Amino acid sequence: MALPDARTQLPQVLQRDMRYLPGSLDRLALFLLVGFFLLVPPFLGDYWLKGILVPMLILSIAALGLNVLTGYAGLISLGQAAFMAIGAFAGVIAYGRYGIPIPLTLLLAGLTAALVGAVVGTPSLRIKGLYLLVATLAAQFIIVWTIQRVPWIGAASMVTINTPPVFIGAWEIDTALEQYYFSLAVAAVLTLFAWNLTRSRVGRAWMAIRDHDVAARVMGISMLRYKLLAFMVSAFYGGIAGALVVFAWVGAANVQEYELELSIQLLGMIIIGGLGSILGSYLGAAFIALLPIAISIGMHNLYGIVGGEIVSAAVLANAEHVVFGVLIVLFLIFEPLGLAHIWRRFSSRFEFRLGSAVRT
Amino acid sequence: MLMRRASIRFSPALATGVLAAGVLATASATLPTQTSIAAEGEIYHPMLVTRTGPFASAASGVSSGQQDYFALVNANGGIDGVKIKWEECEFGYKTPRALECYERFRGKWKIVYPNSTPVIFALSKRLTEDKVLGINLAGGRSESTDGTTFPYLSPVILNFWSQAASTIRYIAQQEGGEAKLKGRKIAFVHLDNAYGRQPFPIFDALAKKFGFEWKSWPLAWPALEQSAAWVDIARRFRADWAIQWNYGQSCNVPMTEMKKVGFPIEKFVGTLWCGSEEDVTPAGDLAKGYVSANYHGVGLDFPVIQEIIKKVHDQGKGNIDRKRVGTVAYNRGVLTGIIIVEAFRNAIKSAGMPLDGKKVRDGFRMIKLDKKRLKELGAEGLLPELVFSATYHGGIEPQLFQRWDGKTWTTISDWVPPYEDVVKSEIKRAAAEYKKQTKQ
Amino acid sequence: MNDLIYGIELTITGLLIGSMYSMVALGFVLIFKASSVFNFAQGAMTLFAALTLVGLIPMVGFWVALLLTVGVMGGVAVFAERAIFRPLVGAEPLVIFVATLGLAFILEGSAQIFWGTQPHGLKLGLPVEPLMIGGVFVSMPDFISALAAAFFVILLVLFFHKTRIGLGLRAIADDHVAAQSMGIQLRKVWTIVWVLAGIVALAAGMLWGARIGVHFAMSLIALKALPVLIIGGIESIPGAIVAGLIVGVAEALGEGFIGPLVGGGVQDIMAYLVALLFLMFRPYGLFGEEMIERV
Repeated sequence: MALPDARTQLPQVLQRDMRYLPGSLDRLALFLLVGFFLLVPPFLGDYWLKGILVPMLILSIAALGLNVLTGYAGLISLGQAAFMAIGAFAGVIAYGRYGIPIPLTLLLAGLTAALVGAVVGTPSLRIKGLYLLVATLAAQFIIVWTIQRVPWIGAASMVTINTPPVFIGAWEIDTALEQYYFSLAVAAVLTLFAWNLTRSRVGRAWMAIRDHDVAARVMGISMLRYKLLAFMVSAFYGGIAGALVVFAWVGAANVQEYELELSIQLLGMIIIGGLGSILGSYLGAAFIALLPIAISIGMHNLYGIVGGEIVSAAVLANAEHVVFGVLIVLFLIFEPLGLAHIWRRFSSRFEFRLGSAVRT
Repeated sequence: MLMRRASIRFSPALATGVLAAGVLATASATLPTQTSIAAEGEIYHPMLVTRTGPFASAASGVSSGQQDYFALVNANGGIDGVKIKWEECEFGYKTPRALECYERFRGKWKIVYPNSTPVIFALSKRLTEDKVLGINLAGGRSESTDGTTFPYLSPVILNFWSQAASTIRYIAQQEGGEAKLKGRKIAFVHLDNAYGRQPFPIFDALAKKFGFEWKSWPLAWPALEQSAAWVDIARRFRADWAIQWNYGQSCNVPMTEMKKVGFPIEKFVGTLWCGSEEDVTPAGDLAKGYVSANYHGVGLDFPVIQEIIKKVHDQGKGNIDRKRVGTVAYNRGVLTGIIIVEAFRNAIKSAGMPLDGKKVRDGFRMIKLDKKRLKELGAEGLLPELVFSATYHGGIEPQLFQRWDGKTWTTISDWVPPYEDVVKSEIKRAAAEYKKQTKQ
Repeated sequence: MNDLIYGIELTITGLLIGSMYSMVALGFVLIFKASSVFNFAQGAMTLFAALTLVGLIPMVGFWVALLLTVGVMGGVAVFAERAIFRPLVGAEPLVIFVATLGLAFILEGSAQIFWGTQPHGLKLGLPVEPLMIGGVFVSMPDFISALAAAFFVILLVLFFHKTRIGLGLRAIADDHVAAQSMGIQLRKVWTIVWVLAGIVALAAGMLWGARIGVHFAMSLIALKALPVLIIGGIESIPGAIVAGLIVGVAEALGEGFIGPLVGGGVQDIMAYLVALLFLMFRPYGLFGEEMIERV
């Protein structure tokens, strides 16, 4: 028997977390998922691309950023929608007004948001929890207010800026499928980046801060550096998501789409999906953004089948809200650790069975 | 502690169950059009509606008013035998949901009326690509009056700038002519967003022209608390007139505030978006004497509405509580229905069935609602005369003014036209700006 | 009129409005104090309560309707506590926060199913003419609302300090485990707190309803309470009251004197700016307790 390497001396949970993909089932699922996202969409109609997948990818990116902040570094923010707004306007100004190429524009949108994110993050050095939540809420209001008020941004009179046709080099992104692959590429890069970042020294420092910031400080982890970095990364993701809204989805930057409600939804996404889980960010985005649509269509169809004048359209529409609320509550009661945890448990049980099968 | 463990033990099965329900519901999303196949020779007409959330109160009346009119057309045998089959997509005044709705029914839209300015902005690119006309009566993109620059957008009737200009003309009329406006102070209370800021350029231009002074009091949505603004208007600025450009539930807040600071309600004029029953009833008696603009006649006193009551509601086929028939929101729905059906009719006549977005847009451009046609439709006095063309998508029309007596609205003015030159030059400027932004 | 009188008038206006913000903030404080839950559904509860009240008034008259609504709110509170929050005891605060979001959806949806989407007036017959005291104008209805809010707050404070249940509540707020070992029934107290929060929601719904009417947008009033909570400290009842007044005055003076410099519309920003200022110098609010952590 060989000597145990350094890795096995780490606690088992951490060891599992440190691996790129914990188990064989995860690997299989990932291949299937990547295969699906790469190969299937061309056969889906525009409805699935433009109505479901593109918005979901964009929201997932924003949620992923927030998850880095909340799930890994343990800091809360209700300002993610405002960072999306910054990204949207930075993007539309950089590309539309100054003709900066799209890849650079995306980066610029992310960096602008990250810069503001660093400022917004400063209160986190002193406060946390609900107090931090409200401090970021203040940022949400102040940022949106500023975008509307600074004439140079150009949102003063219209609050909506349209983008010119979107070109990357000579390639014009105008069909739903192109917009989808464009979003997918950006999402893939950002997901890989987050994946690696959270498993690096930075990620470990964040987790130490999350688990006990006083202890982390004693261990010599710089609060200033890591907390602000977390805010910057989170805002960066938000900014890019906002720019994608303009370039891959709506075609215009409209400040009214980035109200507090979206920030709250994003927070809901990462909690329902699973804090500190990349998969969870995607699952949560799907839950919050798509479930109301599914409920709506489902109830509509059911209504069509049952037929008759049993309930009015207004009652039906309001019932959707009730159903959605009930589902949120049920999910949280049955799985407070989030959707990603269901998968994790399922796969580890599978691994366990696999393991014991091999042993016997 | 015990409870925690118990719930964790049960969770996989239950969570899987709930998840399965979610997946099932999503799966049914793959068949969104299952119930929506129109019969041969029918016009299938998807509709964006708002029946939930803060804006449902008036918006539901507008949707149901249209449906009642469609039902009347169907009861009368359809448009030359062609019946309208409508289907709702609820978006709750939320832009992302509206985008999803649009994609869900993409290719089936004949004409899109979200009754939401943000949604029209968000959809405008898509509508142009798909060649479907997006309309937003008395709202939307003001410069889409210019049908050349915006071939698939239209404000149909009274864009925001015409509303602002007409309201100033109304004030001038009350003062006894434009010359009397000199030196007057007008306070402008408005929501602090794109909608609320629309009148700025018009007020600026007219202030310069007539020599009045105006000042803005922006209010952050939802603007349910306006006391500081009103203390300022009444006690420091000492306005001669006040105009409000609120929306939804913020419309009734000034009634209480004015009373509290002693600002006379006779010197207060509301936008037509603050001119429905829903906007004033919460204020009760305090709203007595309030004057607002409107773009159509009010009440039940129109042949077309009487016909709807007789042929739709009395047959038990109404799409709304009978009590709300004849309200401002409802009448807006009916007149929207009239315009949409006219566009359908023209499209069928000139291009034939089946209809698509472009045919309906062309039909819309052929609309000619003159006195004679309005009389035929039983809608005389319900809406002003409307004539559209390929270059003019509507938007420069006169307003009516109406007073609330505590129970109903009564029209108190003739049609008050806007200052056309000011409105037109603003349209020209904005259309050029749009072209520059999108590099057309 | 000179700026001084104008300033005084604004301050008075701000104080009167501020007392109404305190009312809304109180609902949050109550629940947070007893169970460390930030109840996002407080706004939806306010809407639900006010809609139920105005819906019942034409059927049974004001006083019976008021009693019935208190009963309904009690029912809602017990339901929320039993069905949603008890199963989540011990979960992360953020998880419970999102659960309250779910509750908000349920309440808003069902309120509109039961009572429709149309807005209603709620007139309590208060005098509306302004009062002039030595050349300074005071809004009469706001004054009366402020008195009502003050009265309600005094009742709450008495309840907390003079009754056994109140004592138990305070004990729980200090230390869950210790309170339980002293024989205080945590669950009973939690249920009572939720019912109290429901009644506070009703009171806030009435005061605001009389002012702006009863309609869906009412649930948004709750957002006004967030800066109040920060300034006052989330678990402090006196904090909520003082901070409400501060926010009211800051908004009014800000709109009056800073607004003109930047084109107006600073009212809502002001509340958050003041809150940020407090976060810088007194991170745990005026009356909040600083958490001391040990490694």
